[in-house]
Amino acid sequence: MSEQPDVLQARLLVEVAAAASAAALEAIRVAALGRNGDVTRQMATLGKLPPDERKAAGQRFNTLKERVADAITAKAAALAGADLEAKLAAERLDVTLPARPEASGRIHPVSQVMDELTAIFAEMGFTVAEGPDIEDDFHNFTALNIPPEHPARQEHDTFYFPEGEDGSRKVLRTHTSPVQIRHMLTHKPPFRVIAPGRTYRSDSDMTHTPMFHQVEGLVVGSDIHMGHLKGCLRDFCEAFFEVRDLKMRFRPSYFPFTAPSAEVDIGCARDKGQIRIGAGEDWLEILGCGMVHPKVLANGGVDPDHWQGFAFGMGIDRIAMLKYGIPDLRAFFDADARWLGHYGFGAEDVPTLFGGLAR
Amino acid sequence: MKLTLSWLRRHLDTEASLAAIADRLVTLGHEVEDVVDRTRDLAPFTVAYVVEAAPHPNADRLRVCKVDTGRGVVEVVCGAPNARTGMKGVFAPVGTTIPGTGITLKRSEIRGVASNGMLCSEREMGLGQDHDGIIDLPDDAPLGKPFAAFMGLDDPVLDLKITPDRADCFGVRGIARDLAASGLGRLKPYPIAAIPGLYQSPVTVRLGLHAAARDACPLFLGRHIRGLKNGPSPRWLKDKLIAVGLRPISALVDVTNWLTLDLNRPVHAFDAGKLTGDIQVRLARPGERLAALNGKTYDLDADMTGICDDSGVLGLGGIMGGQSTGCSEGTRAVFIEIALFDARRTAATARRLAIESDARQRFERGLDPAFAGAGMEEATRLVLELCGGEPSHVVVAGEAPPGLPALSLRPSRIAGLGGLAVPAGVARTRLEDLGCGVAVEQADRWIVTPATWRHDLLVEADVVEEVLRLGGFDAIPPASLPRAAALTRPVLTQRQNRARRAKRCLAARGALEVITWSFLPKAHALLFSGPHGAHPDLRLANPISAELDWMRPSGLPNLIAACGRNADRGIHDLALFEVGPAYADATIKGQTLVAAAIRRGLTGPRHWLEKPRAVDAMDAKADALAVLAACGVAGASLRVTQGGPDWYHPGRSGELRQGNVVLARFGELHPRVLAGLDVAGSVVGCEVILDAVPDLKDRGSRTRPALDASALQVVERDFAFVVDRAVTAEAIVKAARGADRALIADVAVFDVYQGKGLPDGKISIAIAVRLQPRAATLTDAEIEAVGTRIVAAVTKATGGTLRT
Repeated sequence: MSEQPDVLQARLLVEVAAAASAAALEAIRVAALGRNGDVTRQMATLGKLPPDERKAAGQRFNTLKERVADAITAKAAALAGADLEAKLAAERLDVTLPARPEASGRIHPVSQVMDELTAIFAEMGFTVAEGPDIEDDFHNFTALNIPPEHPARQEHDTFYFPEGEDGSRKVLRTHTSPVQIRHMLTHKPPFRVIAPGRTYRSDSDMTHTPMFHQVEGLVVGSDIHMGHLKGCLRDFCEAFFEVRDLKMRFRPSYFPFTAPSAEVDIGCARDKGQIRIGAGEDWLEILGCGMVHPKVLANGGVDPDHWQGFAFGMGIDRIAMLKYGIPDLRAFFDADARWLGHYGFGAEDVPTLFGGLAR
Repeated sequence: MKLTLSWLRRHLDTEASLAAIADRLVTLGHEVEDVVDRTRDLAPFTVAYVVEAAPHPNADRLRVCKVDTGRGVVEVVCGAPNARTGMKGVFAPVGTTIPGTGITLKRSEIRGVASNGMLCSEREMGLGQDHDGIIDLPDDAPLGKPFAAFMGLDDPVLDLKITPDRADCFGVRGIARDLAASGLGRLKPYPIAAIPGLYQSPVTVRLGLHAAARDACPLFLGRHIRGLKNGPSPRWLKDKLIAVGLRPISALVDVTNWLTLDLNRPVHAFDAGKLTGDIQVRLARPGERLAALNGKTYDLDADMTGICDDSGVLGLGGIMGGQSTGCSEGTRAVFIEIALFDARRTAATARRLAIESDARQRFERGLDPAFAGAGMEEATRLVLELCGGEPSHVVVAGEAPPGLPALSLRPSRIAGLGGLAVPAGVARTRLEDLGCGVAVEQADRWIVTPATWRHDLLVEADVVEEVLRLGGFDAIPPASLPRAAALTRPVLTQRQNRARRAKRCLAARGALEVITWSFLPKAHALLFSGPHGAHPDLRLANPISAELDWMRPSGLPNLIAACGRNADRGIHDLALFEVGPAYADATIKGQTLVAAAIRRGLTGPRHWLEKPRAVDAMDAKADALAVLAACGVAGASLRVTQGGPDWYHPGRSGELRQGNVVLARFGELHPRVLAGLDVAGSVVGCEVILDAVPDLKDRGSRTRPALDASALQVVERDFAFVVDRAVTAEAIVKAARGADRALIADVAVFDVYQGKGLPDGKISIAIAVRLQPRAATLTDAEIEAVGTRIVAAVTKATGGTLRT
């Protein structure tokens, strides 16, 4: 005696709901909807019914079959989800463990500051010029209005190379100023260039190293005057030190290659060995500058009756120390990994004016 | 240059405060290095009178003094042997901090007697080392008044840094003149009267200089003064000299120092009684020596200017006198020298002999040639005033050279160059106040005659500077540079960008950027110089130390040495790089820009997931390729060749070339080199020669080619070839790729094997080939066909066989 369709449906749905695993569910499916399943078998008997009953019974059985099949699909998905959850729950990772290490490289503060200088001076229309470290007497001294017997030569603590056959001897450049001469001799005015690079003086103590870095600036035009010198350096210092309305002082000074000449101080506060730029009543010397001496222009092949301008020279290591509070110059050149890790910059820290020079 | 405020006020009539004067000096270009004002420290110390000094009842060495402080009498216990009834001394009340000891006085009881203050010694006052007794003041010292004021110690001392061009400011009067010209006070007149000579000088002067050396001493004035008595200088003179750090010696010596400091006019006084014959100025003779006043003896040469008599060299012109004719207590007659000496020769001589002196400092910067005569009269006046005696006529040899020639000044240049319009009248007054002559030829053409004491007014810009300087550079309004274009244009050259990209690239790859000296020890240079040795032109003649005597031929040695230093600090796993110069010779072209990188130790720290491995030559190769890629060099354009320079491991190094140009070298460093640099273990490194990398061509467009991404299925097939060990992977890859350039998208080596299962001398290299069909999906037959072509091509190129 076969079950009534509604009884059969109710029984099957209960069984499906109670299936505890994918295998049990499959057994139920085969028992119900398989070739010899209860539903399949009952549907096979429909042909024996009278034609007027056959249609209604067929519809009933089709509905029953669909409901059971849907219930099985839904149950299968639920069982699979539960299995996955159980599997994942067993796969716990202690996320407090360290991730795979990645070496973090650093950019040296001098390179970083050179990029900062470039970003700022590019905004003012400067290009970047370069010259050799091993210089001749003409470019390093004579052309800069420092003739052979000039006392300034002694003050430079110059490194010399052995005398050549013609009696001349090359030097390690004592400043970046020779790049001015090289640039003037190979370009036509007007000029706006900076020249950062290595410089050398035979001096070594707490605050001096035999090699250090300078940046030279040269601006030449038909009407560039000392007001521009002051404006340009003010604009630079405020941008570089990221201090608005920075206090600055231009003191008359002497350099053979400029007239008038000045040294520039910026305002600062000193507190327990720390220096804060832009605050307080103290002054800190940061650069030398002046209007390019007419003899230097002439030595660079530039007619001093038509062109005039200014030049400046600044210690890159020094301004890096001031800006970033780095205490010891000598450590710049010691390649101590701990120092580089601490004072260096990330490769992604590219200084721009739109993103800010530093964080 | 040191001076005191009261000294300055001898020349400058001003009410300005010390702070205002110091500020103005800075504005004028005379950097104030220090201001020492002892008034505050010494304020509590007053002049006191010892009413009675009686023996201490309980101590033999102590005295109990009744001291009149001017505000009453107090009892003070004193241990000084010179404490006596009726003396005047320096009293410090209870509560005073003693400068020499830093101790604050308390009321105390010394062996049963109360002591209410202290009578002080020089050392306790911080004024000297004399500790033998308390200060014994003269009877006229004013009771109860500040001791500092009485001793002239309330006079603040300014220490100025005078720039080398301002020879005139090495005298107090020159500084006063600068201040007055800037509007701070008025320069007091300093009349100097001629003092008539009373007899012919028994000593004459001759300039014995040959024509080529005539400028060594163009002028020499001498004067004999007899019947004088040398002794200590008066207080006012001693105080001034002590205040600026000089030791008073005797009136005659002090007068010469005074004139040097006050009027910037060095003077020398010979003890006339010790002269042998007349004075002659001549160049020294080789072999001559001078026992100088500083107690040292110098060997002279024929470039040095000697002041001589028949006995030989008595002094070095412009630098220092000698002991043999120095003045002493017993001096009864002097011969005074006022001369001009050539600045360059003076500087060269003093430098060679390493003598610093007040005279040298002034002569090497240049004196006022017109002031010799007046200087002699002032020297005479002071000697007569302090020592008595009678003067001879002045003897003169040579003549004073002129001052600097007149300059033409266009007043419009003050605004044109200086950026500040200064009214013509103001500009003219400033120049005249500096002692310059100004003649107005036209409104915009003045003739300016520099003062004879100025050696720094050589071009028009120097005169413009003076006008601006006296008003202060702060008065010049700053003006931003006019923009040449609305937007910033790229400014870096390709070479500069290569350097920048190389740095950021290597840092991104985990290396630390370092900057090391451009020089190194010769031994290190030799390790990186190849078979021809270190280039002799790269030796420094005067290295900072013997260890840093050669320009570096490569960026690697300093990096490796730095690696060793870090290892000493316990950091063994390290990647360092430097983008900097390497020098092949001393020419401009000999300097090349190189990105050098090294790695040592393990790839990272120990980790719970993965074991770090030792770095190897392939890490160095990856660094080199990454830098080249950052510089725009496609890996496909490079050829890799085996081996490198002899500082690399001969079997584990290579070079990356374009054509025959070496762009980079990489590999394991040679153990011999590491031993030479005292670094243990293995180090790998690379050098990318950034100057050899070609500039990218500007294609005139930034458009990139269209992406060629086919929708058809990619097929990947692996092949392993057994080849002779000498066959390179690159040869196999190249041959495979050439088998069908249209179809083969990529060939990659994924396995290298040698050893068991392979004959000796053979190696198996496995490649994965990616086939990218373009027109239609590949059929098995097509795949089979291209496989056959690949095997044939590799076999033909390398003699290898397919491994089965």
